Amino acid sequence: MLGRLSLSAIPLDVPILVGTFIGVLIVGVAVLGLITYYGKWGYLWKEWFTSVDHKRLAVMYIVLALVALARGFADAIMMRTQLALAYAGNPGYLPPHHYDQIFSAHGTIMIFFLAMAFMTGLFNFIVPLQIGARDVAYPFLNNLSFWMTAVAFMLVNISLFIGEFSQCGWLAYPPLSEMQFSPGVGVDYYIWAIQISGVGTLLTGVNFFVTIVKMRAPGMTWLKMPVFTWTAFCSSILIMATFPVLTVAVALLGLDRYFGMHFFTNDGGGNQMLYLNLIWAWGHPEVYILVLPAFGVFSEVVPAFSGKPLFGYKTMVYATCSIMVLSFLVWVHHFFTMGAGPDVNAFFGIATMIISIPTGVKLFNWLFTMYKGRIQYHACMYWAVGFMVVFTIGGMTGVMMAIPGSDFVLHNSLFLIAHFHNVIIGGVYFGYVCGMNFWAPKVLGFKMNEAWGIRAFWFWLVGFFFAFMPLYVLGFEGMTRRMNHYDNPAWHPWMLIAEVGAVLILFGVVCQLMQIFVSIRDCNKPENRDFTGDPWNGRTLEWSTSSPPPVYNYAIVPHVSSLDAYMHDKENGIDTRQAGGQYEAIHMPKNTAAGISAGAFALIFGFAAVWYIWWLAAIGLVGVIATIIARSANKDIDYYIPAEEVARIENEHTRKLMAQAAE
Amino acid sequence: MKNKLLARTARLGGLSSALLLAGCELDVLDPKGPVGEGVKTLITTSVIAMLIVVVPTIILTLWFAWQYRQSNTSAEYLPKWSHSNKIEVVIWGVPSLIILFLAVITYQTCHSLDPYKPLEAEANTKPLHVQVVAQDWKWLFIYPEQGIATVNQLAMPVNTPVDFDITSDSVMNSFFIPRLGSMIYAMAGMQTQLHLLASEPGDYMGESANYSGRGFSDMHFHALAMSNDEFNAWVEKVRASSEQLDSQTYPKLAAPSEANPVEYFAHVEPGMFNTIVAKYNNGMVMDKSTGKMIQVQQSAMSDMNMKE
Repeated sequence: MLGRLSLSAIPLDVPILVGTFIGVLIVGVAVLGLITYYGKWGYLWKEWFTSVDHKRLAVMYIVLALVALARGFADAIMMRTQLALAYAGNPGYLPPHHYDQIFSAHGTIMIFFLAMAFMTGLFNFIVPLQIGARDVAYPFLNNLSFWMTAVAFMLVNISLFIGEFSQCGWLAYPPLSEMQFSPGVGVDYYIWAIQISGVGTLLTGVNFFVTIVKMRAPGMTWLKMPVFTWTAFCSSILIMATFPVLTVAVALLGLDRYFGMHFFTNDGGGNQMLYLNLIWAWGHPEVYILVLPAFGVFSEVVPAFSGKPLFGYKTMVYATCSIMVLSFLVWVHHFFTMGAGPDVNAFFGIATMIISIPTGVKLFNWLFTMYKGRIQYHACMYWAVGFMVVFTIGGMTGVMMAIPGSDFVLHNSLFLIAHFHNVIIGGVYFGYVCGMNFWAPKVLGFKMNEAWGIRAFWFWLVGFFFAFMPLYVLGFEGMTRRMNHYDNPAWHPWMLIAEVGAVLILFGVVCQLMQIFVSIRDCNKPENRDFTGDPWNGRTLEWSTSSPPPVYNYAIVPHVSSLDAYMHDKENGIDTRQAGGQYEAIHMPKNTAAGISAGAFALIFGFAAVWYIWWLAAIGLVGVIATIIARSANKDIDYYIPAEEVARIENEHTRKLMAQAAE
Repeated sequence: MKNKLLARTARLGGLSSALLLAGCELDVLDPKGPVGEGVKTLITTSVIAMLIVVVPTIILTLWFAWQYRQSNTSAEYLPKWSHSNKIEVVIWGVPSLIILFLAVITYQTCHSLDPYKPLEAEANTKPLHVQVVAQDWKWLFIYPEQGIATVNQLAMPVNTPVDFDITSDSVMNSFFIPRLGSMIYAMAGMQTQLHLLASEPGDYMGESANYSGRGFSDMHFHALAMSNDEFNAWVEKVRASSEQLDSQTYPKLAAPSEANPVEYFAHVEPGMFNTIVAKYNNGMVMDKSTGKMIQVQQSAMSDMNMKE
């Protein structure tokens, strides 16, 4: 009846987990209680959970990303603390069974649920506004994507308290992840979390590809498109091209585990290297899926705060597109040490290095955007300049590892760990947080707190150097990744320094949460409110509408005649909004519960499949399919906002703008 | 000519990195063999080449960030300037030239440091042949020519090339002795190769560089480099052990164990390594010299406790 599930699956014997569970329970009950007390369930359901508005979904994605950050960071600091303690005979406080789950969960959560969710949040908010569209191409799919991602994250967290998570690292290399070596439910949790969130991500890729191709405002030709949209476009193409590869690779692993097949097993004709090739054919482009939008953010932020257009816009576009193409040609650099011949290794090594040319060009473009500018040091600019310094170092260590000869001693060492945190924290994370600070006034209608934002930056920056520079040294000292204890006295001091770095980053995370709290608390202070919709003297279309934008974004779809369309209009005295023009009724999609319903059934399916509860899995699967069929058969999915209503909203905003101008 | 330049820049780089990290032992940058030396030269050369771009970039970033701050009204402000062909040429050109240089040394070193390439030995030195099997969670070293085997201890004479054949009887691991240089994966049913040489006597740390499960953290071994006489004495010491490794005793050894102590086997059944590879390949193993698949004796196979 319950498959493999029994009471013994609940880890009551692990005090850390019991403590965490009690903590989660208390916080959970408190949050649910507060929502009930203030009677906000209806509001949440109607305005958020069932919303197909890309702006609402963006906020939900970013909230999800921040929750994932908390979980992923808790894992990180636990690992660092273990390695600061577990030295010379001291086993530390995390036995291998627990430690191995933590590093696997850390990687999985940080990539799939922090980085991907944050990125999708930024896409959702900015892309439609930046191209002058009223929504994405498929609003319902957008909601469905969100719920698929959210329930997959829930599934990962359920594994904390029921059963176990994978102990095979964030990519679950076989044969370790095969049934023979990992008979528990951990890898199955991993498989279903990846598959369910993969559906969400793939749909997001399709959605934004179509949105950008088909829904740009009239006049916005390809080379008048803002750089952030360009990067979102390239990312979406990469998602469409590579996420199916991930899905297939993980599905084949699932077939091995569930049906005793032999795709990647040691015997029966299986080949583990097949999995490595497939997973990295996704995994390397994935890095660029994440980092290109971060480059896009900097390409918007640096010009805005330097008071100049972006240096070399076309170069930036070409660089972005060439990185997109090249990212497919480098996957073997993740396993030079498998024993391929020198010519194969040389090809993939050199292909990898070539990527550093367009990437370097991007850095120089931001640099020459600052050159002869007037740089305002808002928190965004701190993240941007910090990024340029940190990422340059990460790029260099990346090229070091791209040389197969060097990689033969650095592969899988802590040098590698230092390198990819260098580019993912310094590039992706700094970029997304920079974007959050930059676009928050547009999303929320008020600016985020500066002081806490800058504090968060300094703690992250200094913490980063303390946490990861020692790891570069440890790599040269021959320390490999994923050890849970060691007895080499030379390693210990560096591990202690790294622990200090982790604590500094903890302060950074706390400052960021404080920034959000203080910003919301002070949101009504006049100096924080943004009535103009354009707090930074922005250059692109999203700043031409009100903050937060009306549900339809643009009452009259703007006409684009040049790059940096809004700046062009401002300089030439053109009213991008065409206030007082002829308003027409606007066609909008209706909210729907289908996304959350399909998500809930997918969660049931995933959980049941992990535990071999087949009748429940059947219910879950039928539920997902039935929801989609019901939704497809539903004709009542849209409505019109009457022209009078549009006029009322727009005139209200015009009045505010005029009052502001009169002051 | 080029090699001289390479060596000189490498020495310079070695010196500066030594100054930077004075006091800590950097195994990888303080190698005890020619492979490690080659890798070290490669790393230092490539880092110096990249610093040509990296250092100016970081300095320019910080300088521009400071110079063009809003409060510095004396700095020039060009609110419309956004293109310069000259700058474009430099920012594409200089990195391209450096990558071109790196690509050349990458191609060269992919061949010169190819782990599959046998090392040159001094006259009358015969390479030592060692077969390596990664198990859960220990390393088995078979010396086919000496007919002995050890666990978690690898001995070799100095200045003698060592030819490793590597496989796994479990999950994937990576065979790595940081002081000697390159690593290579150990994979079940497959044979990989590695050629190393120790030029100084010593006790070097060996480890698995690919996570392999619960007992991974203790999957270390000692790589002992010693004189020829010491090596011969060591072989005799192993031969004095009372343990034998054959198809009967092998399953017990291969069973998972953590932090396994050093073990010696005075005698090892011939063909053991091939049998371990072949049991994942329907009894077939690739003959290294001809590249052809050959059948391993069935009798040995059946005793070896197929892991399924």
